[in-house]
Amino acid sequence: MSTTTQPPATERELRRGSLHRHFPAALLAACAAVVAGILLAFSSFGLVVWGLLTAASYAIVVVAVSAGVEGGRKAKDRLVTTLVYGCFVLAMLPLVSVLWTVLGYGLDRFDGYFLSVSMNGVLPSMDAGGVYHAIVGTLAITGMATLISVPIGVMTAVYLVEYARGRMKKTIMFFVDVMTGIPSIVAGLFVVALWMILFGPGVTNGAAGAISLSVLMIPVVVRSSEEMLRLVPQDLREASYALGVPKWRTITKVVLPTSAAGLTTGIMLAIARVIGETAPLILTAGTSAVAINWNLFDGQMMSLPVFIYAQVRMGGAVNYERAWAAALTLIIVVMLLFFLARMIGRLFAPKAR
Amino acid sequence: MAKRIDVSGLHVYYGDFLAVEDVSMTIEPRSVTAFIGSSGCGKSTFLRTLNRMHEVTPGARAEGKVLLDDMDIYSPDVDPVMVRSEVGMVFQKANPFPTMSIYDNVIAGARLNNKRMKKSEADDLVEESLRGANLWEEVKDRLNKPGSGLSGGQQQRLCIARATAVKPSVLLMDEPCSALDPISTLAVEDLIHKMKEDYTIVIVTHNMQQAARVSDRTAFFNLSAPGKPGKLVEMGETNKIFTRPDKQETENYITGRFG
Repeated sequence: MSTTTQPPATERELRRGSLHRHFPAALLAACAAVVAGILLAFSSFGLVVWGLLTAASYAIVVVAVSAGVEGGRKAKDRLVTTLVYGCFVLAMLPLVSVLWTVLGYGLDRFDGYFLSVSMNGVLPSMDAGGVYHAIVGTLAITGMATLISVPIGVMTAVYLVEYARGRMKKTIMFFVDVMTGIPSIVAGLFVVALWMILFGPGVTNGAAGAISLSVLMIPVVVRSSEEMLRLVPQDLREASYALGVPKWRTITKVVLPTSAAGLTTGIMLAIARVIGETAPLILTAGTSAVAINWNLFDGQMMSLPVFIYAQVRMGGAVNYERAWAAALTLIIVVMLLFFLARMIGRLFAPKAR
Repeated sequence: MAKRIDVSGLHVYYGDFLAVEDVSMTIEPRSVTAFIGSSGCGKSTFLRTLNRMHEVTPGARAEGKVLLDDMDIYSPDVDPVMVRSEVGMVFQKANPFPTMSIYDNVIAGARLNNKRMKKSEADDLVEESLRGANLWEEVKDRLNKPGSGLSGGQQQRLCIARATAVKPSVLLMDEPCSALDPISTLAVEDLIHKMKEDYTIVIVTHNMQQAARVSDRTAFFNLSAPGKPGKLVEMGETNKIFTRPDKQETENYITGRFG
């Protein structure tokens, strides 16, 4: 470079005013207090109005102050930060509210007795009975659905990532996407029709429910496994090929173990997706089972979502209590499964050192 | 156990695109052959055709003959998987298997091929391969730790140990030191010196000094013109290529007066 750089005509000011780092928190508290005061003065205090007004006044003040003290770019940053936090709170509200409500109503009846007895011989209005048969059904049906879906789904993903090329690949991916969009009740109707052909009309059992759930589960497993397998670096496959290892052994011994943690997470998400399905199970596994039934191939099978549905339909106070407690049970079952998946994932994860 | 490689009239294609044109060369056993040339001129592509690794890339194919001690590795009845256990490869980026310990990485070639092996045999193979890669002393106390916990240079030597543990006759190295610091580079170069007594070694490098230091023979690749396929310009004794090459093109590249 032969040209010399000219020094800037005027010194650039590198320093800018900045707000104290506790300013936003203090301002938010002040806004909340002021808004609460005004609302109380007009004696029209409401939580929703209070929250909205606080957020709005905070946003206006913080942007205005920041524009004055810190300049335009920082003010925009404050505005967007406020928006993002606002959206986060909005997104969390339903979740917290659901958990809170379910805990509040569910704990009335949620105890060891409720978890350990079935509804066998219990009249709907009696102050007795429990959810054990539904837990059994949910675990059995979801377990069988998982046993069907995981091999098919993971192998499809392996085929798509490692083998499929061109039109075949596009076609399969298209149909997997279509399958993702199947409404769950349609999956239930499919199995009803299938069972009608195979076993005649009116046959309902757990296996039918499991198959309808696996129709919903397979595309989810395929898509998540596919993403996970694509994350395995090509380097590792080449390293394995370069040792004279055949492709299928490379897949089973290098690619799948490397992505095991991700695959587990994907499978758990797929299970969580179907464990709360109600409509297909009403159609296929029945709504009237009251006794503990471990046999997927004989007789109706209750499950937690269908139990909730059936209890709510009965409409008595004790039924609502049972429904809430069953909802709490379902949430706990899903959380336990996630916890289990985390443990398994940690077990498989590649260790750094 | 080192074998000679005779290449004649080899063309490499990616789909319809001719990437490397008409290469013929002989690679001597028990020696180090270096491939030099600018980026994108097809050295690595050509290197990968020597153990049919290019076939991993969709659409890539090679035409011509590659004889490994008189056996054409492109003849239709040859299994590419077998070729690769005869012609090993070390990559630019060290790539130990992240799910495996140092020990398992070294015997991965045998384990993944489901060879039955006694514990004592496996132990001996691991020690022998790691000693061969000048890594034994550094890792002997932590063989059960993951390979990815080693430093970059150690990982690369682990990969070399892994490649030699399947007892290949030829070892291909694709810029094995380009991501390493000078000390680790020196360790790998020493290793190459030592290994050439047993193997035929082919190394791709962008580092001219490295080519001069480690190789017995050097091949210079270049593009015929921008957008045209790469070709072999000249091959000969390393001394000769670096002091009095036959072609002006080679001299320009070596002396840095390129283009």
